[in-house]
Amino acid sequence: MSTAVPSRPAAPWLLLSPEQQAVLLRLMVLGLICMALSFASPVFLHGGNLLNVLRQASLMFLLASGLTLVILCGGLDLSIGANVALSACLAATTMKASGSVALGCLAGAGCGLLVGGVNGLLVTALRIPPFIATYGMLWILHGMTYWYMNGDTVHGFPPAFRALGSGYWMGVPVPVYLMAGVLLAGTFFTQYTTWGQEVYATGSNTEAAALSGVPVQARRVAVYAASGLMAGLAGLVYLARLNSAEGDMGEALTLQAIAAVLIGGTSLFGGTGTLLGTLVGALVLTLVLNGMNLLGVSANAQPLITGVIVILSVMSDALARRRRGG
Amino acid sequence: MLDAMKKAASQADGMGGASRFALHVGGVPGVAWLLLGLGLVFALAAPGFLSGANLHNVALQATVLLLLALPMTLVILTEGLDLSMGALLSLCTVVLAVVQIGTGSVVLGVASTLAVGLAFGLVNGGLVAGFGLPPFVITLGTLGAAQGLALMVGEGRTTMGVDAGIRWFWEGAPLGIATPLWMAAGVWAALHTLLHHTRFGARVFALGGNREALRFAGIPVERSLVLVYAIAGLCVGLASLLLAGRVNGGHPTAAIGMEFDAIAAVAVGGTAFERGKGSLGGTVLGVLAVGVMRNGLNLLSMPSSVQVAAVGVVVIAALWVDALRTRGLA
Repeated sequence: MSTAVPSRPAAPWLLLSPEQQAVLLRLMVLGLICMALSFASPVFLHGGNLLNVLRQASLMFLLASGLTLVILCGGLDLSIGANVALSACLAATTMKASGSVALGCLAGAGCGLLVGGVNGLLVTALRIPPFIATYGMLWILHGMTYWYMNGDTVHGFPPAFRALGSGYWMGVPVPVYLMAGVLLAGTFFTQYTTWGQEVYATGSNTEAAALSGVPVQARRVAVYAASGLMAGLAGLVYLARLNSAEGDMGEALTLQAIAAVLIGGTSLFGGTGTLLGTLVGALVLTLVLNGMNLLGVSANAQPLITGVIVILSVMSDALARRRRGG
Repeated sequence: MLDAMKKAASQADGMGGASRFALHVGGVPGVAWLLLGLGLVFALAAPGFLSGANLHNVALQATVLLLLALPMTLVILTEGLDLSMGALLSLCTVVLAVVQIGTGSVVLGVASTLAVGLAFGLVNGGLVAGFGLPPFVITLGTLGAAQGLALMVGEGRTTMGVDAGIRWFWEGAPLGIATPLWMAAGVWAALHTLLHHTRFGARVFALGGNREALRFAGIPVERSLVLVYAIAGLCVGLASLLLAGRVNGGHPTAAIGMEFDAIAAVAVGGTAFERGKGSLGGTVLGVLAVGVMRNGLNLLSMPSSVQVAAVGVVVIAALWVDALRTRGLA
């Protein structure tokens, strides 16, 4: 992870670790985008718009945080968008049927966790390559959601639940608090616990990790389960914001979450990256999409932009690896 | 056809060594048993399944999928994956319809869709081979790009009413055999020749089996890899002729997810991810199996959502069998 220490006297910014430098660089990019947008669109700096950006970024971060763990561990989860849809739809119908917000939330989060656990088992116990296992899961979930919803839309939820997506507390949107909580807990977990370090070790060299006694398979199942749980939570927040559930929700979210993780500097090759980087990635992507919206670019162009960003991020990741000789 | 397939299988044997098909039983590949089983179940359960009209329909419908699954076999043989095929196919039908209707020229329409397909294939191949990037994420990126472009070019809606010259690709029947069947047979013959009678074909098998050895031997692996993805893009362009002819136009989300059916066909056809073993003959049977399953479920009035989920389960089952077999051999 950390490369050779430079022998000559280091400039102050070189005292930062390569990962901290990378985050710093991305924060500068973020600042540049903000400056450009505030010049290009008078609405951009409006408080309401900034809060809106934060709210959108927090949903994207929730989804991308679990994915970050999976990618750190050397895997990939392409099923998260479809998992969001199924979890949200299950939560919606449960809440409608039982009238209980708590039961609905439990159903959504439980569904997400269960799907994530199954992904983990497919990859470890059945030894199916992660991208193809989770891609298969994407279509299974997609089919299940459409079949379950049967073309219906469920809408109109209690205000207590809708606050999760569109409420404010002390002037700040509620999802932003969720984002902060997940960021703190996740960063603590990955940086300061053995468990987290074992995830990094598994991602950078699986065989070496296994030989030094890391329970590689168990860590893998756990990161997929975590990714599924976060998809379930993101589904709840998304449902609360839209105040309606239908079969095709969340389709665009997978590509966006992957883009956020990769912009944030987490390497697709495993073992390098941070949740803080993913937060910056989610903010950058949200700002780009929000800016396009403000500048009157058609929403039809969003998948194109997101796709190009994904490709450019993977390219820069590969080039950086080659430069480091990794 | 059967003889040619046996030949293909025996040739692939010479290159790959161990058997490629999931679960050989009594000398018959697993995918043939699957096809037979599905046929039996639907013949009993679904009224009208065995009628000549329906079987002809199954074969005709399978041709579009075949044009994606055959090149997907090559891509997967090189340990790659092309997730952009479905979105690219949608984009190609939109481009074909917009250009053909805009200019009134069938030739320009056909040329533009083939050019778009080839261009995307070259971009995929260039990024995967030139930069050594993981194919599943690169093609996920180009999936987004193709989907966005399709929505932008088609302005989010269906472009209807192509010329009879385009519809001929679906409705025509030179020498009494439907055009799609001619095209499917032509693409199969071309890819079979490339794979088994050229140096390029030998490299495709070796790319998945032992890429490092090829590099050390000084063989230009990058060029072969670019060619594999370019062929895939071109075949998607060809498939768009059939699809646009069938629906009489182009729709920006017409073929979303069809790459998954193609991956399913390749997987149940016995082509292994990660080892450079497989055959086009297996993929042909795999395409028929997927086609029969969807048709049968359709006759049993199962919604397409159930069909999609069923295909997903079949893929995971096929890969599980493959993993079991590898563990058994290892």
